[in-house]
Amino acid sequence: MRTLFHNVSVRRLISALAVMAVVAVMTGPAGSTETPTAGFTGSFAEKSSFFGMFETVRWVPFLFLGLVFFSVWSLWLSRGQQVKDGVAKVFAAPRAAAERRPVRWGIAVLLIVVALILPHIITDPFWQAAMVEQIAVYVLLAVGLNVVVGFAGLLDLGFVAFYAIGAYTTAWVTGALPLPPLFGIHMDPFFAIPIAIVIAMLAGIILGAPTLRLRGDYLAIVTLGFGEIITIFANNLYGITGGSQGTALIPHFSLHVGPIKYLWGLTPVPYYYLTLVFVVLFLAAFSLLEHSRVGRAWTAIREDEVAAESVGINPLKYKVMAFAIGASTAGFAGVVTASQSNNIFPSSFTLSFSINILVLVIFGGMGSIFGVVLGAIIIQTGSMYLLHTPPAGYQPSDLYVYLGALLVMMMIFRPAGLVPSRRRRREIRLSEAGEGHADEVLTGDQP
Amino acid sequence: MLQVNDAVVRYGAITALHGITFEVQKGEIVTLLGANGAGKSTTLRMLSGLHAPATGSIVFEGHDISQVKAHKFMELGIAHVPEGRRIFPQMTVEENLEMGAFTRKGSFSDDMERMYTTFPILKERRKQLGGNLSGGEQQMLAIGRALMGNPRLLLLDEPSMGLAPMIIETIFRIIDEIRDSGTTVFVVEQNAAQALRIADRGYVMENGRIVFGDKASNLLHDERVRAVYLGETVEGD
Repeated sequence: MRTLFHNVSVRRLISALAVMAVVAVMTGPAGSTETPTAGFTGSFAEKSSFFGMFETVRWVPFLFLGLVFFSVWSLWLSRGQQVKDGVAKVFAAPRAAAERRPVRWGIAVLLIVVALILPHIITDPFWQAAMVEQIAVYVLLAVGLNVVVGFAGLLDLGFVAFYAIGAYTTAWVTGALPLPPLFGIHMDPFFAIPIAIVIAMLAGIILGAPTLRLRGDYLAIVTLGFGEIITIFANNLYGITGGSQGTALIPHFSLHVGPIKYLWGLTPVPYYYLTLVFVVLFLAAFSLLEHSRVGRAWTAIREDEVAAESVGINPLKYKVMAFAIGASTAGFAGVVTASQSNNIFPSSFTLSFSINILVLVIFGGMGSIFGVVLGAIIIQTGSMYLLHTPPAGYQPSDLYVYLGALLVMMMIFRPAGLVPSRRRRREIRLSEAGEGHADEVLTGDQP
Repeated sequence: MLQVNDAVVRYGAITALHGITFEVQKGEIVTLLGANGAGKSTTLRMLSGLHAPATGSIVFEGHDISQVKAHKFMELGIAHVPEGRRIFPQMTVEENLEMGAFTRKGSFSDDMERMYTTFPILKERRKQLGGNLSGGEQQMLAIGRALMGNPRLLLLDEPSMGLAPMIIETIFRIIDEIRDSGTTVFVVEQNAAQALRIADRGYVMENGRIVFGDKASNLLHDERVRAVYLGETVEGD
């Protein structure tokens, strides 16, 4: 028995079946107070169909899935390298081409063109709204957080705070808070953009200056706390934020310059184009930043803070800068959301929101702008798809279970993310060879 | 050029340096010797701004720099090669050298060429990652990176640590060349024999105090130094 358990294949089989048992419980029925164990027993004993072919009980399809998983897993372990090599060979030429500047520009222009015509191809109102609220805004947030996490190597778990600050600033400037509006006039949300960016940036500096002396885990904990504080403020400062009732009506963007009059109304497409313009602007700015003197300082700090100091880099200054830039991006995203959705509520600004953005960055590839954009688009589209056409038994709250599972798989098979940044790819490779400490990049710990 | 006057360094309640005084003259190589835990590394941490002295002063070219932060030192003209080399492992050799010139404005390609002449191996490995270099190559890279800031004073923390004897010899020969080209060098070392052979003067530390200092040639033949730090190593000379 013992020797049987020591057999690698047997252990792999047990693991595969255990994973499927967890999936069965996750997707199974819920218990109730009268029958607390029904959630477990029902997950296996309940009547179910075997992939629509015949009637059976639930454990049968899951046993089948477990065996399939085991076979694929074993196959991957024995033949995976061949597959990887094959894929690498196929992609070698395109990858080399993608390193060249004209090709990169071409791809960028092509993607912008696709983004421009997309709302004319996808006309389903659900998807048009999702493209603004759930995709474009999240892309913006993800590239902002990427500056903090990917470029500077600082783990920020309270990113939602700056998003909330941007949204509430918009409400304030447009007169949707119980508080009298700034300068006493109800301004257009367009004016909220610079104000929100500046306020979010200031919040980033105020939080960053004292806390960025901390390293790794400590910084993560402080930012976590800051995110919670902002949410609780929004909830409790009834006279300022409107409390849990949310704000009054925040107006849409409107343009009124001379003869040009335009109101961003209830339809999402104009918002889509407005956000797209800013996404492209932010992406261009961050690409330039990555290869600037500031970007190199961030890389140096991320790799070795003591060494960075020894060549004359002030770590605190550049960390605060990363924090402020990330914060201002989130602040801007807050303006778009506030104006587009008309109301904001404290309950939208939760820890799980911060985690969600972090997942986009890690999934896409920390430090890789293209990867993060792609990651954000894929995950957000996926989760919207699940919301739009949910499979049987899917609850919206299940999303995080799947995101968690996805992240675990990524860490095993593609730890540097979907499209790793060139430097990140090296870092992972080096740390696997026992050099450097890229595995500690997320915690930012220096030995 | 550099004077340290009665500097005291404390880590919380523990006093690591009990008032040390020494100086480095322009154009010299000065070495600080001592056993493990004598306070050598603390001294260098203090000299590079990583840990400010509680009392006492550090005067560099007439300015008190005892409270100046570490990242300002490069601009002052003091470059620090940290203990354990600490090159940027995921940057190429070239990028590492460029980082050394971070505080400088204008072109520094002449200096890059100069580094490649001083360290030909770095030119060969120009496009390789710092983390893939051998220990000796990393030490050369760390020194090269520090020199890219055009310092007037170079601080070296245990440059021989963990290196093979032949490599150590090369490193010390290069340190000698660096001094000849006009940069003053202060080097903290455990390898007393090697350090004293190139140094002009040396100080010996024990328990957070400088117990004595003298010309390097005198120290090499000093009974106390021979007994404690050199042991067998000078017998062959």
